[in-house]
Amino acid sequence: MNRRLFLQRNAAVLNAPAAGAQAVARPAATAAQDPPEKVSRYANKALPTGLSRATSTLAPYTGPWGYKQAAHLLRRSLFGPTRPEILTAAGSNLTAVLNGLLAPPAAPAPPVNVSTTDTSVAIGQTWTTQVFDQNFEGVRRNSLRDWWMGQLLGQGTSLAEKMTLFWHNHFVVELGDINDARMGYEYCRLLRQHALGNVRQLARDVTITPAMLRYLNGNQSTGGAPNENYGRELLELFTVGKGPLIAPGNYTNYTEADVQAAAKVLTGWRDQATVPVGSYFTASRHDGTTKVFSSCFGNARIAPNGASEYLDLVNLIFQQAETARFLVRKLYRWFVYYVIDAQVETDVIQPLATLLIQNNFEVTPVLRALLGSEHFFDVLNMGCLIKSPLDFTVGLCRQMQMVFPTAASSVVAQYGMWNYLNGVVALQQQTLGDPPNVAGWAAYYQTPQYHELWINAVTLPRRNQITDLFIGNGYTRNSVKIVIDPLALTQSLPAATAADCNLLIAEFVQLMVPIDLTANQIAFLKSTLLPGLPDFEWTVEWQQYLAAPTNTAKKAAVTTKLQAMLRALMGLAEYHLS
Amino acid sequence: MKRREFLQTTAAATAGTALLAGVPIGAYGYSPQLAALTNATTQSDKVLVIIQLQGGNDGLNMIIPLDQYPALMAARANIALPQNQVLPLTTATGIHPAMAALHNLYQNGQVGVVQSVGYPNPNFSHFRATDIWTSGSDSNVTLTTGWAGRYLDGEYPGFPTGFPSAQNPDPLAISIGSVVSNCVQGPSVNMGMAIASTSSFLQLLSGGVDVAPNTPAGHELTFIRQVVSQTQVYTTAIQAAAGRAQTLSPLYPTAGQNSLADQLKIVAQLVAGGLQTRIYVCTLGGFDTHTLQVPTTGSPTTGTHATLLGKIAEAVNAFQDDLRRHAVQDRVVGLTFSEFGRRIKSNSGNGTDHGAAAPLLVFGSKVNPMVHGPNPTLPASAGVNDNVAMQFDFRSVYTSILQDWFQVTPATLTQLFGRSFPYVPVLRPGALLATASKAEVADFTVYPNPAPRDGRATVAYDSAGGHVQVVLLDALGREVRRAVDRELPRGAQQLPLDLSGLAPGAYYCQVREASRTGSRIVVVE
Repeated sequence: MNRRLFLQRNAAVLNAPAAGAQAVARPAATAAQDPPEKVSRYANKALPTGLSRATSTLAPYTGPWGYKQAAHLLRRSLFGPTRPEILTAAGSNLTAVLNGLLAPPAAPAPPVNVSTTDTSVAIGQTWTTQVFDQNFEGVRRNSLRDWWMGQLLGQGTSLAEKMTLFWHNHFVVELGDINDARMGYEYCRLLRQHALGNVRQLARDVTITPAMLRYLNGNQSTGGAPNENYGRELLELFTVGKGPLIAPGNYTNYTEADVQAAAKVLTGWRDQATVPVGSYFTASRHDGTTKVFSSCFGNARIAPNGASEYLDLVNLIFQQAETARFLVRKLYRWFVYYVIDAQVETDVIQPLATLLIQNNFEVTPVLRALLGSEHFFDVLNMGCLIKSPLDFTVGLCRQMQMVFPTAASSVVAQYGMWNYLNGVVALQQQTLGDPPNVAGWAAYYQTPQYHELWINAVTLPRRNQITDLFIGNGYTRNSVKIVIDPLALTQSLPAATAADCNLLIAEFVQLMVPIDLTANQIAFLKSTLLPGLPDFEWTVEWQQYLAAPTNTAKKAAVTTKLQAMLRALMGLAEYHLS
Repeated sequence: MKRREFLQTTAAATAGTALLAGVPIGAYGYSPQLAALTNATTQSDKVLVIIQLQGGNDGLNMIIPLDQYPALMAARANIALPQNQVLPLTTATGIHPAMAALHNLYQNGQVGVVQSVGYPNPNFSHFRATDIWTSGSDSNVTLTTGWAGRYLDGEYPGFPTGFPSAQNPDPLAISIGSVVSNCVQGPSVNMGMAIASTSSFLQLLSGGVDVAPNTPAGHELTFIRQVVSQTQVYTTAIQAAAGRAQTLSPLYPTAGQNSLADQLKIVAQLVAGGLQTRIYVCTLGGFDTHTLQVPTTGSPTTGTHATLLGKIAEAVNAFQDDLRRHAVQDRVVGLTFSEFGRRIKSNSGNGTDHGAAAPLLVFGSKVNPMVHGPNPTLPASAGVNDNVAMQFDFRSVYTSILQDWFQVTPATLTQLFGRSFPYVPVLRPGALLATASKAEVADFTVYPNPAPRDGRATVAYDSAGGHVQVVLLDALGREVRRAVDRELPRGAQQLPLDLSGLAPGAYYCQVREASRTGSRIVVVE
């Protein structure tokens, strides 16, 4: 796996789709002379001048606490918070809500077999402890991916899933590449285990997890022929990050020689495909010399240390101040916004990096500081993230409280529906378990557009199609239908709210869009709910339905109007913001 | 003249069919010449404009039964117009003085009135009644598609996949405003698009073009809106059509004063600019006049309802003038509808509550400029629950227009609406282009012919069974007599045709069944 090809191809596709094939063949060294990227006029390395920017700091937020703040925190921490979740948080306080979000939940039960293709275990039993069989690999991989979707849909008020996905986007593995879903599951388990834990420990463990050994060729790296793939990505993408090229082979934070030295440290490890899957160290495949690092690492030397030597390398890298900054910047872009200007670097990034180091690389103190800061709750930082496909799609299902089949009724139907959602999300250009390359999804690193990359003339209509489908006829598979039930949603509101068109619309608006709508837009939504009619007619129609809830015509009358209003609301550009 | 036009059209249709026999019409690109030559179902340059009057229009205060003024005054003394203020359309029927412009158009042959349009078992819920009118369903049936949407779905299978295309570069239907109409809701997607103006399409998804806030969120919002506008595939076609035609009529009020006029102005611009869109939907809200539809002091000819009616008249008048100046008036017909009329008896708040049947207006140079059907019969002393009874099913109007204007076959109409509905000649015989494609009523005779003045003739023909209308039209296509309008058994019929009071001259006697029609010239001596 030459991930360079992936990176180049990806960048080429983003910038000039037609030139993709040529870009693959282009040597990496010429990249520096590439013409300036051709990007949308809304693209930005820095925000346009004149735009209001948050100047708030990491000081603890002590301002008002209510629906608006709770919704902001949960939008960024969950995939589409529901109204009850927001109300519960708003009725509590910031400290308590953060405590809840940061408490690691119990590990979920492993994925199960839902296909008659996999004859190793019965339907409903886990395949993760069975022997490998290429014939079963496809359905097992689907099972894993679908199970993951199920975790997202079923998340509680916890940061665990958002952080698991963060680490997946950071310590990337592509399930399609490693060709052993059991190793894929072990990788997922590892990410979840450390999702709210210690990033240095995660870096250590992920280095020798079998999926990573396969993905970045660690299993082929021997003393006689070290494979630099993992060593390079460990430095460039997973930890210290690549700085400006300041001399031939010198990327400020590390050099080409450091890549080679790291590769030598990591030789000797191989994945183990037996039951259970794992990894093992073979001394004879290990480079037994002392590895010498550049001045970037203070000319550090790593003495031969056999199976523990990789720990020495990870420790050395985490001693670099830039490692903490690199990780914290990525967290900032994940949770706050993609533009990091000088003020944010000074007042937010650096203090968080210090906090990470002081806490021995535990991430929860950092998340607590960031998500509890004045900066995070600054109104200028609200609503400025563009939803990822997972945010959009899972959030749609969760916020609209769509009812999915349960394992108790049919595990096949349950996984089938999760599988459908994975397909929907993949069409929007995000595949759970398979980021496009080792750098993760471009939306989180590709300057200058970052998460604007999620939205284009192809993906936007696909988003609208899925909201139209769910607010309309819904989707049926295995005789089970998932669909938005606008009546149930409306009836779950306080009776006085449901019966008042203005309160009703305001309630859905504050749930579904993160910034205030204008009076014109509210009037537009009202025109979809009550075309050309005075406000009180909604009350009349709604009460008529409540008085005869089984009357098909009365039910359809209010249902179609609620559907029209929600369809319009989900059609707003604002609905793509988080 | 009308008969010549009728005959020419028939001949052209016959010749065209022969000329193009065996060749799929769809293989040809659109051209007005081809459309004129073939009158093929899939080729039409005709445009239908639907105006939805939201809230339930008080029909009795728009089209007034002059022959029943005592009953009208008894039922609604607090809001009824002074009889001498009503503008007469016929001796028995008048129109609200705020609609003087429409009165004038009627006299010039460009407006028709269909009395007491509704459906059996009327529903008094705005939402439900609107759904019935837009879907074309029975009162007790819930349909999720719109009547015009089903029509377009049949005309353009597969939409939106493969659209726009070289053959169909333009939107199939357009709602002027920010909401797409349910009339054009197809089985899977809405066949229409909503536009609020010809220059900006941001309303499509944003519901407005308010400036985004000066924040990071506003920055991203602007980016997404930009993509939204790029995504709208019909933007270019609409802007190009709009760019080819200017508004020519000086009769439109200043923008912002009459939203219906603003909407129709856009329709005229797009039609004149060559957009091939067949159906436009415009809306005017505010007809839910439970209180103060006329002021408590001052003339009942003024107030909320009069203002609304005045807007309709002003807008349609300017629209017709604009179409005429663009020389496209013969391609466009329009109709108004509202989810229901209002109660016969007014309430004490100078308003009216939700009712049932109500008159419907049709307009355009090709409409039959007459009042269809007699006035509703008002009880001498109307109670609070008395309603105007239905005389025409609204689906009769829809199907007749689809048949005559878009040449939809009776079989297709039955498919679209679940069954057939009696025909209403809301379009002039000269515009009855589909008559040729309808089966002729065989062995249909009128005797004696010529017939004596003030005498009586007999219509003899073999009925296919079902709802039958036998009407007499004058040379202008106006209905002057309706001999039969009811279910008839299958078999030979001898139907009396009363000719009393008719001036000497040539008339057309028409027999209309669901799938057959026949026409004979009858001369009154």
